[in-house]
Amino acid sequence: MAQHIFNGLVGGSFLALVALGLAVIFGMLRVVNFAHGAIYMLGAFLALSMPSFWWALILVPLVLAAGGMVLERTLVHRLAKLDPLYNFLLTFGLTLIFQDLVKWRFGVQSTPYPTPGGLTGSVDFGAFDFPAYRVFVLAMAALICFGVWFLLSRTRVGLIVRASTERPELTQALGINVGRWVTPVFGFGCALAGLAGVLAAPMRAVHPLMGADLIIVVFAVVVIGGLGSIFGSVAAAFVIGVLQALSEAYLDSALVSQILVYLVMAVVLLWRPSGLFGREESPA
Amino acid sequence: MKLKWILLPAAIVFALWLPFGLYPAVAVEILCWALFAVSIDLLLGYVGLLSFGHAAFWGASAYATGLIAINWDWPFPLAVLSGAVVATLIAVPVGYLAVKRTGIYFAMVTLAFAQMVYVIANKWSSLTGGENGLQSVPRTITDNFYFYYAALPIVVLGLLLAWRIVHSPFGRVLVAIRDNPSRARALGYPVHRYKLLAFMLSAFLAGLGGGLFAMGHRFVSLDVLHWTTSGKAVIVVVLGGIGTLWGGVLGAAIITRLEDFLSFSGFDQIGLVTGGIFVLAVLLFRAGVWGTLAKIPARLSRR
Repeated sequence: MAQHIFNGLVGGSFLALVALGLAVIFGMLRVVNFAHGAIYMLGAFLALSMPSFWWALILVPLVLAAGGMVLERTLVHRLAKLDPLYNFLLTFGLTLIFQDLVKWRFGVQSTPYPTPGGLTGSVDFGAFDFPAYRVFVLAMAALICFGVWFLLSRTRVGLIVRASTERPELTQALGINVGRWVTPVFGFGCALAGLAGVLAAPMRAVHPLMGADLIIVVFAVVVIGGLGSIFGSVAAAFVIGVLQALSEAYLDSALVSQILVYLVMAVVLLWRPSGLFGREESPA
Repeated sequence: MKLKWILLPAAIVFALWLPFGLYPAVAVEILCWALFAVSIDLLLGYVGLLSFGHAAFWGASAYATGLIAINWDWPFPLAVLSGAVVATLIAVPVGYLAVKRTGIYFAMVTLAFAQMVYVIANKWSSLTGGENGLQSVPRTITDNFYFYYAALPIVVLGLLLAWRIVHSPFGRVLVAIRDNPSRARALGYPVHRYKLLAFMLSAFLAGLGGGLFAMGHRFVSLDVLHWTTSGKAVIVVVLGGIGTLWGGVLGAAIITRLEDFLSFSGFDQIGLVTGGIFVLAVLLFRAGVWGTLAKIPARLSRR
């Protein structure tokens, strides 16, 4: 049981990091970044070209943050004043482009990535042995989620970002340049997806479509948690990860564990349409 | 108004000529995608709901049509119609849940439910053939050239249905809901029920297209349910022009012809081209082909 819960939390870590980036960007820009899965995939592929896993862990998020900021300035920003659906469509088009570029360069087969040295063994927790790398992934995800929470709720930067999210006009009126924060926040969200991609590389197959499969699950996760709520998105990611692992272990049905997230989404839509931690939208 | 009486005969002549000018298989494909695109535009352009999961209805109907043709050997229009009915039935629970959300959430919810349908079809291989799909769907009209003319009336009826919906009192209520949901509700219209009905009608049209697609190709693969299929349909609509209805037909012709050209010239990265065109269309060309062309007569008459 503990084994399955642990594996579920590890699986939920990837969902949580991607959902966190998605939620942070959504909070600031009101944009749902479809390309977030593609950026996760790019993170994994960039990790392949880095000298070592540890370099990748530092450099890949930086590269993708820079790339994300360029993307925001050159493309996303142009549609900022229109219906957010246009940016959803734009980033969907970018997803197709990124995917096909990677397919062109690397082919469609999946590439293995060795478990980084120093994390190959297992960690002894008394009654259970867990693979060291998975423990590392979970610890990293927990650390980053905590870090983002700390950043948002306990620092001045977080204060500004939260204020700009809640009341952009009022914050602007108080003399804070809201527009200045949009680009870094977009880059930060992309960095989180890239980091998740690097962490996923040694555990999962590095494949051009790895992000596309993930992003749809993440969409369901953020509908469950409520996209407006960063805490809700992360919590839902971990819960879904655990439920998936448990259903895989005990129900012995690949179908159920794969559609579970959508079933949970259906129940949430029925019971609390705005998501477990989401706020009511204006009635429509 | 006079322009309409020039365009309509021109469109009829063009539709009748199409299989002479193109490979008949490509012409059939354009017909199917035209219906699919119009079904999405019905929701996006007239209710303001972007469905990113219409592959569920297109694909479910393709499978249903294929299975009916294989197992019961019904005449193909009946098989296609039954497939569309199956798609409509699937749209009931999906639509009921999805219309609880609007905007970007609606897109995410429909995408997620479509992925669920995809996973189920993939795992339920005793029915759907899993990765192999449905092979050799029987068809009495074997030649694609003649099949085009057999399929054309069904597509035209589907397009007329869409036109009728948009220009009916029901369609006007949908536009009212799109523009101001609170006011529509205050006027006593059951907003959710209207949206659900529009969603079901849209799924029916997508199902007609999907069923014809299955008959046209004479096989059904899992691709028909994949999210990229939903995405391609949205690309077609945006390129043709959102909220123009006929723009979707134009977009279908352009994209299908383009993809045929690309695959014929041995270029595999089709997503690179369609994705690139789509990004440019969203950035610079949001009125779409039809929307841009439709503005020309007004501009000329102003002079």
